[in-house]
Amino acid sequence: MLKNYLKIAWKVLLRRKFFTFISLFGISFTLMVLMVATSLFDHTFGPQMPERETDKLLFVNMVREQIQDGYNSSGPISYHFFDRNIRPLNTPETVSVNSMFFQVNSYINNRKLALDIKYTDREFWDILDFNFLEGNAFTQQDVKGANRVAVINENTREQYFGKAPAVGQYIVVDQVKYKVVGVVENVPVLRVQSYADVWVPVTLKSQEFNKPGLRGTYFATIKAKTPNDIPKIKAEYAAMMQEVERQQPQKGTKLFSFPDTFLESFARAFLGRDQETGLGMLYGILAGLTFLFMLLPTINLVNINISRIMERSSEIGVRKAFGATSSTIIGQFIVENIFLTLLGGLLGFLLSAGALWFINDSGIIVYADLDLNLRVFAIGLLLCLVFGLLSGVYPAYKMSRLHAVEALKGGSK
Amino acid sequence: MITLSNIEKVYQTKTIETVALQNVNLHIPKGEFVSVMGPSGCGKSTLLNIMGLLDEPTSGLVEIDGTPISKYKDKELAHIRNQKLGFVFQSYHLINDLSVLDNVELPLLYRRGASAAETRKLAMTALEKVGLSARTKHFPAQLSGGQRQRVAIARALIGQPEVILADEPTGNLDSVMGEEIMNILLHLNQQDGTTIVMVTHDENMAHKTERLIRFFDGQQVSDARTAAFNFQQV
Repeated sequence: MLKNYLKIAWKVLLRRKFFTFISLFGISFTLMVLMVATSLFDHTFGPQMPERETDKLLFVNMVREQIQDGYNSSGPISYHFFDRNIRPLNTPETVSVNSMFFQVNSYINNRKLALDIKYTDREFWDILDFNFLEGNAFTQQDVKGANRVAVINENTREQYFGKAPAVGQYIVVDQVKYKVVGVVENVPVLRVQSYADVWVPVTLKSQEFNKPGLRGTYFATIKAKTPNDIPKIKAEYAAMMQEVERQQPQKGTKLFSFPDTFLESFARAFLGRDQETGLGMLYGILAGLTFLFMLLPTINLVNINISRIMERSSEIGVRKAFGATSSTIIGQFIVENIFLTLLGGLLGFLLSAGALWFINDSGIIVYADLDLNLRVFAIGLLLCLVFGLLSGVYPAYKMSRLHAVEALKGGSK
Repeated sequence: MITLSNIEKVYQTKTIETVALQNVNLHIPKGEFVSVMGPSGCGKSTLLNIMGLLDEPTSGLVEIDGTPISKYKDKELAHIRNQKLGFVFQSYHLINDLSVLDNVELPLLYRRGASAAETRKLAMTALEKVGLSARTKHFPAQLSGGQRQRVAIARALIGQPEVILADEPTGNLDSVMGEEIMNILLHLNQQDGTTIVMVTHDENMAHKTERLIRFFDGQQVSDARTAAFNFQQV
């Protein structure tokens, strides 16, 4: 039966080439945009180098102080806050302190080079899973001794040394000379927690360590022993924050700081309120946008499908006469529509691959390496099926209601 | 086989009420070849559609093998059509996108338990019966009118129905081709015992069947044995 349906579906596609072109263009273009968006989302929030174990990672990006008169201030945490409150947490397997990235300038042969530098501890390298092309991360001794050593990315190596090895060589960044101990693959800028061009020991900024106050220029990265420990870490963190709040000299001050997954931290930055991460709302907005984006091409496809199916009323009449039930007819048209959508999906995949190549090659997103992996493929396939169902069900239902005699009368000879 | 009692069919629009059939009482026994004649618009096709369970009467009772089907739902009616009835239409109603073989196989797509190999074998047998086994891979557009109608008959035959309902099967054909189609139908009736109800405008064709029912203005005006029947009896 399926073979019969697919034969018909293929013939119908070939019958009206312009309609087919419009349908396939609509489907493939829509899916291409959605696939690129999915790939971008996966690239930003999915388990990718160097944040592969996303189910075990939490990030503390900021602390917000709300003083009694309603005045709010927020920003990344201070080293002092990390050292006194986050480092002593019991539940995590490892915690790391690392700075925001700062743009600094370097000069190579009188050529100015803007680089992003990040200050990290040794634990940063244990928690995150960078791909090392040369050498290794700096050691605990390097951090303790505030040694001027650096891990650089592939792009920085190329800028300084061309194709030559970099480990053991020296670079001058922001007028400070560092010895290169490791080279890693480029990390896309979307991975704000780990991205930089140059990573150096956090102790090189030790002058900031004793600055009191909650806010500073640091992030904390927390790794749980198992994914099941995530809620426990959050609970321990919340208890710690209550204690910090209680100790505030100015009474009535409220403090907000949370260890979030990367996606939660993103949602909280834009949609969070007090304890709520805003993740549910983020998913709702994304689903709503996807639905709205698919709605127009779906309506278009519904109309095209109705007019296409109308041409086939004779066939519907014949099928009913020979024993097809209304639900069989619905099934047939849905299968045909899903076939069309999958075909559009296939074209969409090819277009997406082209679009992703363009994005990667253009450098619009620094060090982006967007690809169509299995997750993106699975989501794309799901979108195709939803699209196929949405645009196929109504026309199929409408036509299945057609009276057999009327269908036969309306048919071509 | 098929019994119609007090059948009435009225088509109603906002302004007009058209009576297509009125007080029709008919019994078609198993194995009979019946032709239905009458002027255009007299209700012949409506009668055939009601017999074929493609349309519902406004009032009256339709029985198939002694079972009233008035309360049957879409699924049950579809099942009876698939198992017991076969249709041949004046304008063939072949699916142009499917090959001859695929068209003939169509009724068995809706029959549970029919394997692909078995379906193919039955389709070939049906095509052999209508003399078209050499055209299996052709498409309807590549065939003449008479050949298309033979494909349509093969499609009606494949499910081995007890009744074939033919609505002006020779209406679009010239006399030679019409004769060929009529011979195939007569053969099916006489050799295989298939019950056939045929609507026709052609007196000659009608007189080849054993029973002729005439309609006028939605009413059955005569129901008589033909000379062919008397000849068969002799």
